[in-house]
Amino acid sequence: MKTIQDCLKERILIIDGAMGTMIQRHKLQEADYRGERFRDWHCDVKGNNDLLCITQPEIIIGIHKEYLDAGADIIETNTFSSTSIAMADYQMQSLAHELNVAAAKCAREAIKRSGKQAWVAGAIGPLNKTLSLSPDVNNPGFRAVTFDEVVDAYYEQVNGLVEGGVDILLVETIFDTLNAKAAIFAIKKYFRDTKKEALPIMISGTITDASGRTLSGQTLEAFYTSVMHAKPLSIGLNCALGAKEMRPHIEELSQIASCYVSAYPNAGLPNAMGEYDEHPEETAHYLEDWAKEGWVNIVGGCCGTTPDHIKHIAEEVKNIAPRQLPVVEKELA
Amino acid sequence: MSESLHIRPYLRLSGLEPLVVRPDTNFVNVGERTNVTGSKKFARLVRENKYEEALSVARQQVENGAQVLDVNMDDALLDGVLAMTTFLNLVQSEPDIAKIPVMIDSSKFEIIEAGLKCVQGKCIVNSISMKEGEAKFIEQAIICQSYGASVIVMAFDEKGQADTKDRKVEICHRAYKILTEQVGYDPQDIIFDPNIFAVATGLEEHNNYGVDFIEATREIKQLMPLTKVSGGVSNLSFSFRGNDHVREAMHSVFLFHAIKAGMDMGIVNAGQLVVYDEIEPGLRELCEDVILNRNNDNNEATEKLIAFAETIKAKGKENIKDESWREASVEERLKHSLVNGITDYIDTDTEEARLKYPKPLDVIEGPLMDGMNVVGDLFGSGKMFLPQVVKSARVMKKSVAVLTPYIEAEKEKRKQAHLAAGTENVEGAGAAKVLLATVKGDVHDIGKNIVGVVLGCNGYDIIDLGVMVPADKILDTAEKEKVDIVGLSGLITPSLDEMVHVAHEMKRRNMKQPLLIGGATTSRMHTAVKIAPQYDNGVLHILDASRSVTAVSTLLSKEKKTLLKKTHQEYDDLRTQFLNKNKKELIPYSEAVITKEYFDWKKYQPVKPAVDGVKVLKGYDLATIARYIDWGPFFIAWEMPGHYPEVLTDKIFGAEATKLYNDAQKLVQTIVDEKWFSADGVIGFWPAATNNADTITLQTDKGEVKLESLRQQLKKAVGQPSYSLADFICPAELGSDYMGSFAVTIQGAKKYIDKFAAEHDDYNKILVQVLADRFVEAFAECLHEKVRKEYWGYEKNEALSNEQLIKEEYNGIRPAPGYPACPDHTEKLKLFDLLDAVNNIDIELTESLAMNPPASVCGWYFAHPNSHYFGLGKIAKDQLEDYAKRKGMSIEEAEKWMRPVLE
Repeated sequence: MKTIQDCLKERILIIDGAMGTMIQRHKLQEADYRGERFRDWHCDVKGNNDLLCITQPEIIIGIHKEYLDAGADIIETNTFSSTSIAMADYQMQSLAHELNVAAAKCAREAIKRSGKQAWVAGAIGPLNKTLSLSPDVNNPGFRAVTFDEVVDAYYEQVNGLVEGGVDILLVETIFDTLNAKAAIFAIKKYFRDTKKEALPIMISGTITDASGRTLSGQTLEAFYTSVMHAKPLSIGLNCALGAKEMRPHIEELSQIASCYVSAYPNAGLPNAMGEYDEHPEETAHYLEDWAKEGWVNIVGGCCGTTPDHIKHIAEEVKNIAPRQLPVVEKELA
Repeated sequence: MSESLHIRPYLRLSGLEPLVVRPDTNFVNVGERTNVTGSKKFARLVRENKYEEALSVARQQVENGAQVLDVNMDDALLDGVLAMTTFLNLVQSEPDIAKIPVMIDSSKFEIIEAGLKCVQGKCIVNSISMKEGEAKFIEQAIICQSYGASVIVMAFDEKGQADTKDRKVEICHRAYKILTEQVGYDPQDIIFDPNIFAVATGLEEHNNYGVDFIEATREIKQLMPLTKVSGGVSNLSFSFRGNDHVREAMHSVFLFHAIKAGMDMGIVNAGQLVVYDEIEPGLRELCEDVILNRNNDNNEATEKLIAFAETIKAKGKENIKDESWREASVEERLKHSLVNGITDYIDTDTEEARLKYPKPLDVIEGPLMDGMNVVGDLFGSGKMFLPQVVKSARVMKKSVAVLTPYIEAEKEKRKQAHLAAGTENVEGAGAAKVLLATVKGDVHDIGKNIVGVVLGCNGYDIIDLGVMVPADKILDTAEKEKVDIVGLSGLITPSLDEMVHVAHEMKRRNMKQPLLIGGATTSRMHTAVKIAPQYDNGVLHILDASRSVTAVSTLLSKEKKTLLKKTHQEYDDLRTQFLNKNKKELIPYSEAVITKEYFDWKKYQPVKPAVDGVKVLKGYDLATIARYIDWGPFFIAWEMPGHYPEVLTDKIFGAEATKLYNDAQKLVQTIVDEKWFSADGVIGFWPAATNNADTITLQTDKGEVKLESLRQQLKKAVGQPSYSLADFICPAELGSDYMGSFAVTIQGAKKYIDKFAAEHDDYNKILVQVLADRFVEAFAECLHEKVRKEYWGYEKNEALSNEQLIKEEYNGIRPAPGYPACPDHTEKLKLFDLLDAVNNIDIELTESLAMNPPASVCGWYFAHPNSHYFGLGKIAKDQLEDYAKRKGMSIEEAEKWMRPVLE
């Protein structure tokens, strides 16, 4: 069996598309989210998509499977909010570990059913509380959460994901680099504590607008510099922007990254109704352009993308050579 | 893809922006003043919990060119973890500061770790070492690595701090092996501090410390080429405390050799470093001997340097004037005069150059511009400060004045030649033109003059239209003269509207020039929200004179589009931010009146003013007034922020601040001795009462005068009153009360300002202007004290120091119309009527109600001990309507005057 590192040298790998968009298609109701087990849960849980890994695993496995069939090589676990901090919205902090195990198992099962080689990336989301920004405009020094609390939450998530059998840890949709640094800290600590063989890390930041900065104010290069110590398998961008807007940033990243480069944009920018309506061929066309420029190693989609988008993307980049890893010099020129 | 990409093993750091230290990167300056062990001021601010001000120390560091910010909270009186966390969290919310990487500096690892938890960028940890053994070192290194920080490793092991070259190299190499082989650190993320110790202490065993550091650096960089070397330089000259002249020279010489040996970065006073080549050769030689430990048997070199230091101390700085530069070529002499601001020889040197060059214009375009370019570069890199630049400009102007008659004569000759030959006379286009003006209704122009000087120094042709310039005149001139950039200045709030108007007119006229906005009342936010949307071809807010140069040069380069685009985007963001932020909740005006501030009037016994009605005080004693001068704002006017007197010993611009202060003191003495100014004032007191809302009624001999106040409407916490000045006067039904007012002015300054301008002496011109402002403020302070003690007499026994006066530790206030507590300028009209200030002391009011002469102050006196200053904040439409009605104004007119405080 080839490792993911082997495959990355040979071709552009495909990461899957949106999970939320696909869940929406099932038009699930409160009772569906609750399932049998949480029938009497004391608050509403509709919208807690991560919970479906426990209450509706077949739906989640089905979505993963659709993406695998469309050509995805990497599928992301449905764990964007599976931390004790984010789960507080549904008062389900205590379920964090279990959610991650269940989600990893759903993804593994889908790969098994598809019969092809693919990898499971344990998705580590950005949290609903940030470490660099104050939620109180009158008190810029205030923080709603501490670094240690964030590390603890991510540590628990990493533990669950590894236990459930993921192949990669994917720190994604980073809009506050300090949160990402806490995730990296937790990952390093986890593997040091458990003495397990460390899994590869993928890192994907989010540029929020045309200024070319993260929400916490860093330029792309500053962001990359701040997370380099994770020695990631790949660095990339996802979410917030459509492919059209993301293009210059991916170009820049491809020039500075010493590791592989990933990109999974949204299906364009939301329209007036808040819906993504970029056609699969359009998204695929942009990504094909990046591939031809030699900028990318891993491509896929974020909000609004579907198996159809992934299928088109996979088709378009199939025969294009991946970005070559740069030569990392060990001596001054 | 063609060639494969190469990533070099450079030290890469980041704040909001990246910092890459490449082999060709110059010495990296680490800002050191946000360090409680090194800066008394910073330590005090942190101890007193004044983090806002502490942030301004950090901001100054960045503005002065620090590329990394060292933060140290190691103080026995502080909770270091808490202080580090609080300060760094605040730094993160200030993009101007957070853009550079942070060096987290502590001898306690728990404080370092607390700091690492607050910063998203890639930091430097300062420092870890093997002093507690390898195990501890590895543990700490792993933690630093988990946060992605680069580390400074101090040359320190179980046996102690390394002092000899061999020990330094040995410890560093041992640490290197551990970090790269056991911990997995990238070599480029390791920075060594091989310990800079004091030399010339008198102990022979210390004599080689400089050499030990320099040679250790050389060897470390050979052995481990990817690593970096850093150090704290000021230790070196510790023996010469108090003798900055020698210390600066030593630092310079040391760095010269250490940087050559491979030192990459350091905690130094970059601004105070003398240029190695500029140190007088005698001193340089002595420093070299001491630092390189040459000719130093039996402490010989040390003794010589100490002896030299003594002579400087004995003679004082004045006497070490070195005239050897007079031997150099005329070009060099002109440059020296420009860089050092010396006017003594400029006339003769200019004349000599004129005779040497074919054309007088060649002198300007050759040696003079060369000299000014050096000045511009030094200023741009933070090695020269504003007062020095202004002095340079004075030299330049004097030199140009010598040449001008010859240039004119040549022009005339050419013209005649053309006329005779019947050809067309086309003179070269010359330098880029910048038009500057203080807008209509405003008379303040100190800042504008400084900008003019600084831009002039950088080779731009300045058209200064002066003060109170109507939009039409500005724009007509801009079109006629084909200027490249228009710059507007203003100090009072109505000027903001006038600037909006000018921008609007520029668009209507379809103009193309970028518009620069500056002046004390302007802000980036106002520019973004109000001015920029009026004009599409570029509007930029310029924070201070030093920023004007880069802005103008960028606008005249091919980077113009990029800058305008970037600014446009920034302003868009600011507008959005403003619109979102501005949704602060206001309470109805009627509710605000009910939640007014209540004083216990029954317990208050008002004092009847000793002066009844109006009293005029002409030609007040200037020597008395001079004692009340608050020097803080004086330095701010010269862009040297900081508290007085600390500013005089500021590590970066202290030396220049001291020179400036000495010049100012001399001038103050002249002003007093020769009676350059006349300080005239008028005060008045009247029985007063309020209607329990916002109207104060005064009883004057001409009948009742109603003063109208504005009241805060911002929703506050329960129990917090909504302030209005009217609350400080007793309501009619509860008893009798009094109120006063004053207007003071400095007459006579204009004569000297014009005189210096005619002599091309901008330095003294601006000095006089700034001092006139200081005098009038001091006069207001002095008079207020006299009022409290005598003219009103409600505090007959007050005894406060000048410092206490500046801190306003007395009872009662003197708010000025147009300022935060009473932002409506039109109340000034009533104040002027009450005092008949126009006739009594000859102050005029412009159409924007600015006072002329500009050095004038007026205000109201309130005596109640609980009265206080406050900012009005925003008011709602309901209050505006009520206020307009009370004042008998139309809503439109009230809106016009109240615009800055309207929602």
